[in-house]
Amino acid sequence: MHAFHYHRPSNVNDAAALAAKNAEAKILAGGQSLVQAMKLRLAAPSDVVDLGQIKELAGIKVDGKTVTIGAMTRHAEVAGSAEVKKAIPALAALAGMIGDRQVRNMGTLGGALANSDPAADYPAAVLGLNATITTTKGTHAADKFFKGLYETALKPGEIITAVSFPIPKRAAYTKFKNPASRFAIVGVFVADTGAGVRVAVTGAGPCALRLAEMEKALAAKFAPESVASLKVKADGLNSDLHASAEYRAHLITVMAKRAVEAALK
Amino acid sequence: MAVKVSMKVNGKAVSGEVEERTLLVTFIREQLRLTGTHVGCDTAQCGACTVHMNGKAVKSCSMLAMQAEGADLLTIEGLAKPDGTLHPMQAAFKEHHGLQCGFCTPGMVMNAVDFAKRHPNASEQDVREALDGNLCRCTGYHNIVKSIMAGSRAMAAAK
Amino acid sequence: MGAPLIGARVERKEDYRFLTGAGQYTDDVTLPHQTHAAFVRSPHGHAKIKSVNTARAKAAPGVLAVYTGEDIAAAKLGGLPCGWLITDVNGQPMKEPPHPVLAQGKVRYVGDQVAVVVAETQDQARDAAELVQVDYEPLPAVADGRLARAKGAPQLHEIAPDNTCYVWALGDKAAVDAAFAKAAHVTKLDFVNNRLIPNAIEPRAANGAFSRADDSYTLYVANQNPHVERLLMTAFVMGLPEHKVRVVAGDVGGGFGSKIYLYAEDVVVTWAAKQINRPVKWTADRSESYVSDAHGRDHHTIAELALDKDGKFLAMRVKTTANVGAYLSTFASCVPTILYATLLAGQYTTPLIHCEVTAVFTNTAPVDAYRGAGRPEATYVVERLVETAAREMKIDPAEIRRKNFIRSFPYQTPVALLYDTGNYDATMDAAQKLGDVAGYAARKKASEAKGKLRGMGYAAYIEACGIAPSAVAGSLGARAGLFEAGEIRVHPTGSVTVFTGSHSHGQGHETTFAQVVADRLGMPIENVDIVHGDTSKILFGMGTYGSRSIAVGGTAIVKALDKIIAKGKKIAAHLLEASESDIEYANGEFKVAGTDKKKMFGEVAFAAYVPHNYPHDKLEPGLNENAFYDPSNFTFPAGTYVCEVEIDPETGTTKIERWTAVDDFGKIINPMIVEGQVHGGLAQGIGQALTEGAKYDSTGQLVTGSFMDYCIPRADDVPSFQVDTRETPCTHNPLGVKGCGEAGAIGAPAALINAITDALGVKDIPMPATPQTVWRALQQKKAA
Repeated sequence: MHAFHYHRPSNVNDAAALAAKNAEAKILAGGQSLVQAMKLRLAAPSDVVDLGQIKELAGIKVDGKTVTIGAMTRHAEVAGSAEVKKAIPALAALAGMIGDRQVRNMGTLGGALANSDPAADYPAAVLGLNATITTTKGTHAADKFFKGLYETALKPGEIITAVSFPIPKRAAYTKFKNPASRFAIVGVFVADTGAGVRVAVTGAGPCALRLAEMEKALAAKFAPESVASLKVKADGLNSDLHASAEYRAHLITVMAKRAVEAALK
Repeated sequence: MAVKVSMKVNGKAVSGEVEERTLLVTFIREQLRLTGTHVGCDTAQCGACTVHMNGKAVKSCSMLAMQAEGADLLTIEGLAKPDGTLHPMQAAFKEHHGLQCGFCTPGMVMNAVDFAKRHPNASEQDVREALDGNLCRCTGYHNIVKSIMAGSRAMAAAK
Repeated sequence: MGAPLIGARVERKEDYRFLTGAGQYTDDVTLPHQTHAAFVRSPHGHAKIKSVNTARAKAAPGVLAVYTGEDIAAAKLGGLPCGWLITDVNGQPMKEPPHPVLAQGKVRYVGDQVAVVVAETQDQARDAAELVQVDYEPLPAVADGRLARAKGAPQLHEIAPDNTCYVWALGDKAAVDAAFAKAAHVTKLDFVNNRLIPNAIEPRAANGAFSRADDSYTLYVANQNPHVERLLMTAFVMGLPEHKVRVVAGDVGGGFGSKIYLYAEDVVVTWAAKQINRPVKWTADRSESYVSDAHGRDHHTIAELALDKDGKFLAMRVKTTANVGAYLSTFASCVPTILYATLLAGQYTTPLIHCEVTAVFTNTAPVDAYRGAGRPEATYVVERLVETAAREMKIDPAEIRRKNFIRSFPYQTPVALLYDTGNYDATMDAAQKLGDVAGYAARKKASEAKGKLRGMGYAAYIEACGIAPSAVAGSLGARAGLFEAGEIRVHPTGSVTVFTGSHSHGQGHETTFAQVVADRLGMPIENVDIVHGDTSKILFGMGTYGSRSIAVGGTAIVKALDKIIAKGKKIAAHLLEASESDIEYANGEFKVAGTDKKKMFGEVAFAAYVPHNYPHDKLEPGLNENAFYDPSNFTFPAGTYVCEVEIDPETGTTKIERWTAVDDFGKIINPMIVEGQVHGGLAQGIGQALTEGAKYDSTGQLVTGSFMDYCIPRADDVPSFQVDTRETPCTHNPLGVKGCGEAGAIGAPAALINAITDALGVKDIPMPATPQTVWRALQQKKAA
């Protein structure tokens, strides 16, 4: 990779200041995306700000209605957390499906959301559960966070510190994996929030997106039959070697159906 | 730019001068001359670079050496006893022919040890899924899975 | 004497170093004053090189040198050679375009090497490589072998009109056509044998060094055949005296064929080491490997089988277009011809076979042998035709095979090969039993009750390996011999070092060869060490590929052992004051027949090196023998695979529920190692059929450029395998062995696609049968 200046701040304020000072700086969380991009010379930041020593950014808190997860919390911790498994089992299960177990020991929630890979898993949960993203500059609602291909509402220098997930009545995540990369060809997060149903899909478009027609059908009746015959339009969906837009559209319906079945179990 | 990095590796305190961009696997292989940790790909899929950092299996090719500052690392060279006696997982791989060319083996064994520690009662399917981050081209995985099941039992028995 | 070693599941001697991180792979070696190389490669599938400007690169930090095609031409290095001359249907030699070490004038595939930067560190070399300015004029490209000969297709090489390397054929076309004309039934298939990328987990690496003191070179390289590498490099490319070059292939992390060849990088680091008088090391990135390693397969075939009304095979007619890539790699020309067409009889008595192969150049990476090399392609043709014919004629797929099995040996096929022995009923019977074919109907019902589709498929494969009789190979165009060499060095105190020309890059030769030697000499296996991979230690060798090591390398060792024992008998006779013809050797003892008078092996060895009481008038001191063995025939492993799949029709996902493999590898030295070879081969064959496929777009860009897009199987993609063996010992080598390294990759794709097409109820499906491909096939079936 190209050379850069490395910084290891001990607190969030210093991290934010460093990020603000250098326009070409990148935040290093777990490194599972950034280090890889830099190795392939697809990213060449002038400065790298490593959040790894900032202890207060990691941690899981569950109160009655919300699961709050620090931005530097590793996927393995979320997947193995007894509290998360109890409060939002779908979230723990999703974290356990990210990458592989070595990647899960390093990859972080904050890093995954800030990068917003079109096939990443966490965005589906954030959107599906209507989570709130807290940063050094304020908060973002899930519906306003994912804007496009690798594009989020984060301003330059803005660092995610935590994500708060409202605890749903029931929810599930099903993922159809790209056999090579093991990213999601299609990943569907279904949540019966108590104040409506949310259906979020990752892998299908430039970023995580919601499926209004399915949400409406499931709000009327939360059962697999409600979505089994709904056809998703292929136009605008991602298309690549592994899955055409048409196949992806079909998979969304299948995965949504299976997610509802899982949520009902 | 050269910067200093210090950590513990296989029980020994080490330090060295690296560039900021030096990967952990490069530091391990080139500076520490511990060449048992291997590089097999550049997209973090193959797992041949797997080591333990603070007791957890991680891919050393996907980390800067700087990210391991102050960490406690275990590489394949540190797994057997000082007198050369193989770790039960290593012995299991030998007994059940869990390796052929040996190139993926260090990463495979390091991941297996971490997995077996945390999931002593894993099923064959669990083991296969735990190997998502390790590629082998020689064995077809059949004997690797057998080795890990046996190694896991041996590790539990040794406790 | 412990338990018998032949047939024993001996744990491997090589494992300790691999398990403790003490292996010495090529990238592990760092030489004093080491420098590092980075290659500049073409980003275009086809382009003119208008200029190469190295000034900025040369000025970059740490850079010692930058070389281009011009420097190579000025140094008068030869091009990379092809080792097999195929003669076309008109008796003309194949077209052999120049294959420069660094591109000159034109680049012909993405990855084609254009320049090399040598610097103090790898990072500096890579940084500077980005500063080499190449001015390309892109040209239209052709990547698909089926389009290479189309009118107006871009031409790669001046000497190869229509991008044609050769048109080759085997068989009596007129007789075959006549048989087809009279046939009761003809089964026809039109399919692609998909391009694969070997992807050994160790990327290629080479470290070249030069010594001014004695004008000698050393090349450390991840390679399967160091002597061949040395011969090709010194004689054909660099014009160096062979004895001045040492090639060391230490521990090699898998090869599967991809590490046989003399690659440009090997030459460049060796040559550059002399230019700068420091060692030069290069290790490929994985994405670099993707575009620069030799690829495999890539055939388009139209195949037909003619049968009589009872399902007896009358004739087979095959037409194949083989994509050899942008240049001829070292063995490329023989893979789709000699190693392919000659296997089209399969296990069957088909009397008439004709095969025509057109080899074409395209703007893709060179294609060469990859695990199976021609035989997977042939088996796919035969076993897909046979299974499809069975379905079309409503004959049980095992029955149609039994109707046509060869049962009388030796058997002369109509495609040149003479099978020495085999028992195809035995492996078929065993596979059906082990695979519980009888219970399949019930399992199918159970799958259907769950809404899933279940299918079963067979492949009864045969292959020709243990390559090869040199005279036969030569008559077919080989430019090298294919014998093997072995040297047995008995030390004064009786332990043994064996030097073998075979190479081990996963096959466990350090163990199996030691088993053979220890068994024959009657000593503990700890007393025997096997050395391979270093041309300065080993007399000669053709290396390891083509499942040849135990059959050819092992036999060379046995013949050297025979010489050792023969000499030992002479020494023992002298020591025991008996006649040589009365001396027997068994279990480590030279005994006078019918008496208790004996000398241990160690005593005889010691006497040979401390020859005080010794027949000096008849015998030299010492106990060191070598042998060169040229096999009289190929060997013919064969077997039956039965595969059962369950398909989720909603997603198209295929799960392999059951895999049964019964192989006949002749005598088995170490069943544990043999099973491992079968497992590994099966996984690669499953990869071909289910998950792998190298794809180029029409401009020659490799779309599947990394593990992110090219899927080699993971542990949860493959099942556990049920494997067993039956033995019909090879008739023409003393061990009775046939070799086993490639069988799995040879038979698996046909078995799997037979199972999938059975489950779906379709005639054919392309490989890889990914979920999307399977789902589409189901949609097409519904629509029809």
